[in-house]
Amino acid sequence: MLPALFLAASVLGTEAARAETMRAGAEPGPARVVSMNLCTDQLAMLLAAPGQLVSVSHLASDPLSSSMVDEAAAYPANRGGAEQIFLMHPDLVLAGTYTSLASVALLRDLGVEVVQLPPVNALDQVPEQIRAVGAALGRAAAAEALVAEFEQGLAALRSDLPPRRAALYYPNGYTVGEGTLADDVLNHTGFTNVGATAGLTGGGTLPLERLVLAAPDLIVTSTPYPGASRSEEILRHPALAALRARAGSVVTSDADWVCGTPHILRALAAMKAAREALP
Amino acid sequence: MKTGFALLSVLVVLLFFASLLIGPAGLGLGDSLAALFRGEGGPVVLVMREIRLPRALLGLLVGAALGLSGAAMQGYLRNPLAEPGLIGVSASAALGAVIALQTGAAAAFALPLSALAGAGIAVLLILLLAGPRGGALALILAGIAISALAAALSSLVLSLSPNPFAGMEIVYWMMGSLADRSMTHVTLAAPFLLAGMAALLTLGRGFDALTLGEDAAQALGVNLPRLRLVLVLGTASAVGAAVAVAGSVGFIGLVVPHLLRPMTGARPSVLLPASALGGAAMLLAADIATRLIAPDADLKLGVLTALIGAPFFLHLIWRMRRVEA
Repeated sequence: MLPALFLAASVLGTEAARAETMRAGAEPGPARVVSMNLCTDQLAMLLAAPGQLVSVSHLASDPLSSSMVDEAAAYPANRGGAEQIFLMHPDLVLAGTYTSLASVALLRDLGVEVVQLPPVNALDQVPEQIRAVGAALGRAAAAEALVAEFEQGLAALRSDLPPRRAALYYPNGYTVGEGTLADDVLNHTGFTNVGATAGLTGGGTLPLERLVLAAPDLIVTSTPYPGASRSEEILRHPALAALRARAGSVVTSDADWVCGTPHILRALAAMKAAREALP
Repeated sequence: MKTGFALLSVLVVLLFFASLLIGPAGLGLGDSLAALFRGEGGPVVLVMREIRLPRALLGLLVGAALGLSGAAMQGYLRNPLAEPGLIGVSASAALGAVIALQTGAAAAFALPLSALAGAGIAVLLILLLAGPRGGALALILAGIAISALAAALSSLVLSLSPNPFAGMEIVYWMMGSLADRSMTHVTLAAPFLLAGMAALLTLGRGFDALTLGEDAAQALGVNLPRLRLVLVLGTASAVGAAVAVAGSVGFIGLVVPHLLRPMTGARPSVLLPASALGGAAMLLAADIATRLIAPDADLKLGVLTALIGAPFFLHLIWRMRRVEA
């Protein structure tokens, strides 16, 4: 009985909000949108009409993962649990294809519309992703404007310099190879990816000694989390420090590298500057 | 036993060089040695001197410390089941290390000192709860309780850490690993490892006398309170420093003295140095095995030592059961 009550309440709320948007002359779209994935959070914040987005995931306010911490502060955070999200009475939920599958299935069973978006693995998939979120929100025009802006920025940040070797190195010796967004960022800005040369597709570990022997011209490492961990100690290893000193340039990957959103342009700009700084 | 020591030393030297020469980079023998000793070969020097050398040195020192500590505790308690990993000394050292790391204690030697304090408290508790007259059952029960408490507190501290990787490292602190260690870790741990082992090695003659019983030992002029103090400090220093940089690797202190005891005529003064060599050999071999079996998976050392050690432990218990019956 309870779910039915909630459903009724949410339907009523939806109708009222929809009528309001119609009066305001906007495109019709879902009135209450909840996002439960870091990357859809950011696209939704960029595209949603005022008042349309009700909640974003808690990761959106984590400065090490999210490029839009300040914006996220305006929204209540959710932790991706079906119960919490259902009680927000959404008429659209945005999720990733790999985020809490059980919660997504449960929400669908409860009659909530869920749009799942796959992770972006290449720069040329970013426009598709922006359009997909725009279409789901009924904000196609805003999405087209954002896509145009993104494509202009992307073209301006392409580097024509001859490629140099760069390595992405993360805690536990993790790196990424072909078929990843970070790999594409390197290729776009005048680098070849040591991880891809080592034969990795997707992510995997690259032993430190193999990284040393690959002698990269540039190493991109992640920002350490607060607190201590053995996994991150590898980023302070003297051999890695020597390698970075030899490379002479230090780049740290941050939240801008995580998602296929227009913020990836900031990562591209940093890498282009690093490439131009190499002798 | 002279030939025994010579054989053990040769084995340790061979395993030490094998540890230096085996790795994911697949370097040539000549290149590796030239880079290590003469500093020739650019990045290969970095690999040999900054990555493989510290790993081999730590394998040597940590193994020796664990083997020796096991033999010393068995010598004092006159109980073949006493072993730092089994009776909670390693787990308590890990708790000390985890607390130092997570509270961000910045002083250079805070990490080994905190692990040393953890190990020291556990050794004291063990002596208190299961002294020489406590018997095997009291020792093992006290050890289980101390291990469980220390492991639970370590897991709690790691789970509450703001660092998302910390929680995933519970298995490292319980199983131990030498992957990606650096010279920083060697300089941090080596003074404590060497000091602890030097202290324990002085106890051989006292343990020899103790085999005749406490009264006889005292009649022979052994200062028991002093022996106990050196044992506590030496074990805490050796095991604490070992765990601080390598996590807790179990069973070495159990298996090694037991294998070597028949060869040493059951004389603790001979068994102590022999167990240090044997422990070094066992840990170096286990660490080489982790790299050969699963080069990319960071297989934990404790997995291999337990695969050998646990059946051994069962065998010991079986034998004790027959003796007691």
